[in-house]
Amino acid sequence: MALLQLERISAQYPGAAEPVLSDISLTLGPQQLLVALGPSGSGKTSLLNLIAGFVAPSAGRITLDGVPVSGPGAERGVVFQDDALLPWQDVLANVAFGLELAGVPREKREAKARDMLALVDLAGFEKRRIWELSGGQKQRVGLARALAADPRVLLMDEPFGALDAFTREQMQELLLQVWQRSAKPVFLITHDIEEAVFLSTDLILLAPNPGHIVEHLKLDFGQRYSAGESARAIKSDPRFIETREHVLARVFSQRQSVREQRA
Amino acid sequence: MSLYPSPEPALTRAPVQTAPRQPSSLYVSTRAISVLTLAVLLGSWWLVTALEWVEPLFLPPPSAVLEKAWLLMTKGYMDSTLWQHLGASLQRIGLALFFAVLTAIPVGIAIGHNRIARGIFDPLIEFYRPVPPLAYLPLIVIWCGIGEFSKVLLIYLAIFAPIAIATATGVRTVDSAKLRAAQSLGASRWQLIRHVILPSALPDILTGVRIGLGVGWSTLVAAELIAATSGLGFMVQSAAQFLVTDVVVLGILVIALIAFALEMGLRALQRKLVPWHGQNH
Repeated sequence: MALLQLERISAQYPGAAEPVLSDISLTLGPQQLLVALGPSGSGKTSLLNLIAGFVAPSAGRITLDGVPVSGPGAERGVVFQDDALLPWQDVLANVAFGLELAGVPREKREAKARDMLALVDLAGFEKRRIWELSGGQKQRVGLARALAADPRVLLMDEPFGALDAFTREQMQELLLQVWQRSAKPVFLITHDIEEAVFLSTDLILLAPNPGHIVEHLKLDFGQRYSAGESARAIKSDPRFIETREHVLARVFSQRQSVREQRA
Repeated sequence: MSLYPSPEPALTRAPVQTAPRQPSSLYVSTRAISVLTLAVLLGSWWLVTALEWVEPLFLPPPSAVLEKAWLLMTKGYMDSTLWQHLGASLQRIGLALFFAVLTAIPVGIAIGHNRIARGIFDPLIEFYRPVPPLAYLPLIVIWCGIGEFSKVLLIYLAIFAPIAIATATGVRTVDSAKLRAAQSLGASRWQLIRHVILPSALPDILTGVRIGLGVGWSTLVAAELIAATSGLGFMVQSAAQFLVTDVVVLGILVIALIAFALEMGLRALQRKLVPWHGQNH
């Protein structure tokens, strides 16, 4: 099974005095849904871009199953915040796009794409144009597209950030179902505390200047949802509320310290 | 309610109330206004010639131009029928456009995509583009003679620059998220160009073709005014020398009609090929 390892990663933009990320180490393996939570400027997106291979780290090593990451590749699927779908293709062709790039014959790749659309509850939307979809539907197509290429790990860059609260909750539950069924390790970044606590098996809290990990929590609310408990019951569980408040306090204490540093 | 409301109540009424489509007021579509404008123009042409306010030598009546059109289509003018003149012009612009599209799009992609290609082509294109084609026509005639090749080359050069520049702009403004998405799905360099960059730049490329065709058409007619034995520009030029005003007017009308048809055709093509353009996706 896939194992993603980050060893003492630092990242710096060319010309910038301070690094965006310093000394990040983490592992992501099977059965894990790792959520990186932090305020803006804590280097969440930079971390995802490093793992995806869009940018190279200034120090440290990223490996997937022992193979160093040296650029973007199909073994690390990415779901973007603003869907990044191709409007000149219909929904089915978008989902099958990764397989088309890999040279899979049309019938085979379309069959796979149909399966993936069914997995994200979009069966029957094959021939729709991208601009006819709602925000939540576009994100589902983005998820199906990433999954259809059968990546080893799935990277998600604030995938529900632009959705309304109601759609967001639906999408969170859908993600947990898909994660359970596809059995792929997921790395997700968000700035929504409740989302982070609900989804993650592993929650890392990032603090800015430079981005570093301040806390690593092991949680099981997502697994409880997968085991059949309802989302509402979990979210009103005192333990859930307690965890959420704890994380909230940590985020606020960070902000306080940042403010004191600046003062 | 009366069909023609008097102006006073409209003035006293607050302007906030006027909705774009009020059932009671006279709503005329934009297209109808355009048609009406043309009709008024044609009507006044007919009126001033019918009342003989203007000498037919300066402005022949519409009927004379129509008669001449029939004559030109059946018997011809200067050894060629109207169709042959039209065919000669269309062939020149068609050939030039074909080769311009074939070469300018790859060059534009290279400029937008590759630093070295930009360094090579950008100054070359920007250097010759502002020069009016008629200014370098004499040089082309000295080098390549007055045959078909010179005319096609001149039009080709006029069309090339707008298409290459528009393509390069389109390539440079490709959404980086789409590029990254394709890369993370395993796209190679060529697949990126084929599946993401080219379709993204297509609206700009088509706009470039529209601009290029406009420039090319005016260059064509100008080139035919100077050195040709057939073509619409030649027809107008030689008719003017003999003061055959109705042929001149007819030639101008045909030139305008063709340019208009080409533009409308390209707009339709743009709507068909890039239906996502302008959609908020």
